[in-house]
Amino acid sequence: MTVPDNLKYTKDHEWARLEGNEAIVGITEYAQSQLGDVVYIELPKIGDVVSRGDVIGTIEAVKTVADIYSPVSGEIVAVNSALKDASELVNKDPYGEGWIATLKLSDATELSTLLESADYQKLIS
Amino acid sequence: MHFIPNTGDTEREILTALGVDNFSALIANIPEQFKKQCLIDLPPALSEIEISRTVAKLAAKNANSDTQISFLGGGSYDHFIPAAVDFLISRSEFYTAYTPYQPEVSQGTLQAIYEYQSQICQLTDLEVANASLYDGTTALAEAALMACSITRRNKLLVSPLVNPLARQVLVTYLKARNLDIVDLPEKNGRTDFTALNTQIDDQTAAVLVQSPNFLGIIEDLNGIAEGVHAKNALLVMSVDPISLAILKTPGELGADIAVAEGQPLGIHQAFGGPYLGIFTTRRQFIRNMPGRIVGQTVDVDSQRGYVLVLQTREQHIRREKATSNICTNEGLMALAATIYLALMGKTGLRKVADLCLQNSHYLARKIAGLPGFVLPFANQPFFKEFVVKTPRPIKEISAAALEANFFAGIDLGDYHPEWEKYLLIAVTEKRSLQEMDAFLKILAKF
Repeated sequence: MTVPDNLKYTKDHEWARLEGNEAIVGITEYAQSQLGDVVYIELPKIGDVVSRGDVIGTIEAVKTVADIYSPVSGEIVAVNSALKDASELVNKDPYGEGWIATLKLSDATELSTLLESADYQKLIS
Repeated sequence: MHFIPNTGDTEREILTALGVDNFSALIANIPEQFKKQCLIDLPPALSEIEISRTVAKLAAKNANSDTQISFLGGGSYDHFIPAAVDFLISRSEFYTAYTPYQPEVSQGTLQAIYEYQSQICQLTDLEVANASLYDGTTALAEAALMACSITRRNKLLVSPLVNPLARQVLVTYLKARNLDIVDLPEKNGRTDFTALNTQIDDQTAAVLVQSPNFLGIIEDLNGIAEGVHAKNALLVMSVDPISLAILKTPGELGADIAVAEGQPLGIHQAFGGPYLGIFTTRRQFIRNMPGRIVGQTVDVDSQRGYVLVLQTREQHIRREKATSNICTNEGLMALAATIYLALMGKTGLRKVADLCLQNSHYLARKIAGLPGFVLPFANQPFFKEFVVKTPRPIKEISAAALEANFFAGIDLGDYHPEWEKYLLIAVTEKRSLQEMDAFLKILAKF
């Protein structure tokens, strides 16, 4: 199970990658493997202001629907529209083409409270 | 006769375990005065033949649309039901089956629901229909909740001429969710949309309107959807399914969600239920739609098959996060509507609608000619139901009509003080010229 070193993680199996004052977020490889084939993703709306832990969308798999929780607080500045027609990207490339949204951080100190790769690895092993 | 499946031995075992000698000892600490109140004064038990006779006599006291000539409407109508409807839905494969929990085993049930959904989409000109809800009132309430969840807003602008019973259900549903209802104004029997633009604010999720409305009048909804959409709100329409054969459909009028009471489609009035909640929307909102939906697919051998889809959003999987707290449908009634629509076909349904229109307009015209009777909304278009202002209290007229085996209509004074002496008369395709003329003779006496 891949858990890249350059990302931060949540206990709810989301990841965040810092780029300047923005964070790109998605769900982990472990999360997608637990969900199985993803058939639909409800994306957040650009412009939504969210707090850490807020539901920013849902992931619908064949057998279940899971919420996507925001790992950080901030404003949604971009969403991965490619997922509308190709939700399977979350299964194929969860840390790359399967990203879900980009947030403009409102509180950069939150990042330090997220899990490091090693800690997340422990959580799922 | 024992109605509790405990044998004498079981009872004794229970009593011994409880440490008492008999049942009276078990309830000894309940004061006598309360025990007396619990005693039901029942006559001695009867044999089956006697009880059949007794119950048949009691049942014969009911007046219903088989024994009376009915002009009752207000959401439940005396339309003709071809005998094939009841015959086919009584087949045990359909009649005894509950909502399919192992859905794919019940291919026949799923196919019937799929046909139902397809017919409802055709009827409303909307893209998706669910497998049905309990009735028209809960369908309207669900539509309100759905509109709030899509728009993430918490206010609903509601026409004051939505059926008051449906409105009560709406209020019940919305109260616990902290969603607000704001009334639109009324003008001459129709919803007044002139100030709609200023009434919709950034918290308005949807505009809810019924057409034909509770007074039977067809609302003018041309251009309304555009105004509503310009404010990023949704238009929810409640309709009479029969009327869609000749009136503009919710799809044509730009509605986002359309609901209906499906009772007119081959379902008996039956003192209020079971009825059928029709629910349709646009494809883009399918994941916000309550209830279940049947889809068509192919199996591993490329054979056509039916499956329940979007179940993952239902209550048994998503719990409190489900799209709705209703996780079932009104399968047998949906089947009745499917068979009814199939029997009628496009031409037949249009004929039914035409007859309703012609009959009701004949009767309205004739009543308007009676001294003392007035049509308060005479210049408004209506489909099969209209309001008459009567010269005498409606209770008197209804009593005289009942005496002659007629249901005169609904006393609107029961719903609104301003509607005192307003009689709501529904005329379906079942009413013959002779019946209407006989009814006129009764009215002419007042």
